[in-house]
Amino acid sequence: MSILINKESRIICQGITGNQGSFHTQNCLEYGSQVVAGVNPGRGGEKHLGLPIFNTMREAVNQTGARVSMIYVPAPFAADAILEAADSGIELIVCITEGIPVLDMVKVKSALRSFDCRLIGPNCPGIITPKECKIGIMPGFIHMKGDIGVVSRSGTLTYEAVYQTTQNGLGQSTCVGIGGDPVRGMGFIDCLALFQNDPQTKGVVMVGEIGGTEEEEAAAYIQSEISKPVVAYIAGVTAPAGKRMGHAGAIIAGGKGSAEDKFKALDLAGVATVRSPAELGHMMLQLVKD
Amino acid sequence: MNLHEYQSKQLFREYGIAVPEGILVDTPEAAVRAAEKLGGDLWVIKAQVHAGGRGKAGGVKFARSMDEVHRYTAEMLDTRLVTHQSGAEGLPVNLVYVEFGSSIDRELYLSMLVDRENSQISFIASEAGGMDIEQVADDTPEKIVTASVVAASGIQPYQVRELAAGLNLDKSQSRQFAELLSNIYRLFQECDASLVEVNPLIVTKDGDVVALDAKITIEENALFRQERLVKMRDISQENVAEREAEENGLNYVSLDGNIACMVNGAGLAMATMDLIKLHGGQPANFLDVGGGATVDRVATAFKIIIANENVTAILVNIFGGIVRCDLIAEGIITAVREIGVTCPVVVRLEGTNVDKGKVLLAESKLDIITADDLTDAALKVITASEC
Repeated sequence: MSILINKESRIICQGITGNQGSFHTQNCLEYGSQVVAGVNPGRGGEKHLGLPIFNTMREAVNQTGARVSMIYVPAPFAADAILEAADSGIELIVCITEGIPVLDMVKVKSALRSFDCRLIGPNCPGIITPKECKIGIMPGFIHMKGDIGVVSRSGTLTYEAVYQTTQNGLGQSTCVGIGGDPVRGMGFIDCLALFQNDPQTKGVVMVGEIGGTEEEEAAAYIQSEISKPVVAYIAGVTAPAGKRMGHAGAIIAGGKGSAEDKFKALDLAGVATVRSPAELGHMMLQLVKD
Repeated sequence: MNLHEYQSKQLFREYGIAVPEGILVDTPEAAVRAAEKLGGDLWVIKAQVHAGGRGKAGGVKFARSMDEVHRYTAEMLDTRLVTHQSGAEGLPVNLVYVEFGSSIDRELYLSMLVDRENSQISFIASEAGGMDIEQVADDTPEKIVTASVVAASGIQPYQVRELAAGLNLDKSQSRQFAELLSNIYRLFQECDASLVEVNPLIVTKDGDVVALDAKITIEENALFRQERLVKMRDISQENVAEREAEENGLNYVSLDGNIACMVNGAGLAMATMDLIKLHGGQPANFLDVGGGATVDRVATAFKIIIANENVTAILVNIFGGIVRCDLIAEGIITAVREIGVTCPVVVRLEGTNVDKGKVLLAESKLDIITADDLTDAALKVITASEC
């Protein structure tokens, strides 16, 4: 088992003909993901990477029966792409696009409440179930099929966590990069709940960063709802207040969202925190062994 | 992107939000002419900088004569104003705003922002105006009222009533306030703001509701569709190194320490700084070279890093996913040779083609220290920085 995606997942790529879309779709196909079609308004009927291209998502969904979408559409048009996917019956939308205006995402979040679908991202590396399905830009080869769920707001720092759990032989059930934007789809709690119910997952690595209060809310949720071991790390102890640290969401604003506050909340909730990102894998191994 | 007060007030006027009359000047003589034109017997002289806390720092003065208008303006112009938000170096005062002095009955607080906790736009209002809202939230949270706007329905009359009640406004003031809220909401959306803050919002002795201050931040991701506002950008208010980095597709934030970092990815970049600190070192900067790190980008990153005189060692930490480590290694070698980096460089590579990358570094005969993992890298760069 795994969460959200597996080897049966059939995927449509929105923005497949662009540079990013082409490159990463090719990588996903090589990894074994079942990308079955692409969408580009105006290029319907063509083939790209050997896949059929449709003008609209509705057409692509009707023709292929796919229920997952992967989005590389440029930021100015990405909000429209997300809503088009939702309106076409897609159940899981993975939006990789970086730089979507936050007010567009406010509208998207509000509109998505009318649909029965989940959104991962935007501005995220995507999601992967090792050996089965990769949707996104993460390097497939650092992953290994195994027992640990990974959920993270960061990109390369996620790879670091993944790599450590591969090196110490634990491997991963599913890894979800939820993205670095202040307004986004699935959060820590959504993923934690799924990992808790997934028999394959024996423990969860959670990587947070400064900004917002989602890690604090996750801490309370873990305390009451999660029986599996959770190891957490928060990036940004040294980040100065008021500065945007790369991600739009990584900013300590109005005295809220500091790494220390988050560590404190997690510690109080009994979560195993590590102050060094190099300890994530080791700590997980210890907890799983116990 | 931050706007100056005078720019924010210009937008307020366009959106029908009441602000005092004011004129922008860049000489004391122009300030006197402005005051004469505005009339009255009280003028407020306001330094235009991208930082709050101007009042306490001497950046807002009340002039009661033309002599004072001239003197206060002369004292502010061409200086650097240091406020609790500006950083120790302060920000240059190139422009001064001369404003008609209002007769204040009450000072209130009003802001609008993107509320990440509920993914909506929220209003925050308080009777305690003119103070730091964070302080009010800590000391007297009961004095803060909020309202979150559902995107589909917009701001509703009951929300206006709740906010107005929280501010103790009378009937006439509530009417003005309702119009103000709807205008600010429209401005917020049309200008892609991430923050509009009015502190203070005043009720004048005549019972008018007026925005005495105005602070607008435009969201960076939306600048592509805000061409007119982009022209309002004042680069003199920005950190030179951070701006140069941004122009080259790099994310850079300077800090006070001596160990520079160059990392791919924002989260890993923060984690690298934290790790240095954890092991007793002090990071000199945050620098994310991004996913598509090329030889040119790596070279520019080195240039920006070593321009900081405090730097005594550099840590390069790359987790190559899509980016190949051998390409990164070539970039480092080229940069170190061409730019003449003199302080020790510690490199930790992991991921795609890591072995090739390490061989390249070893064969370069450059004085580059390689590290095997994160902790090793942090310890080595700290040792190197102390030599």
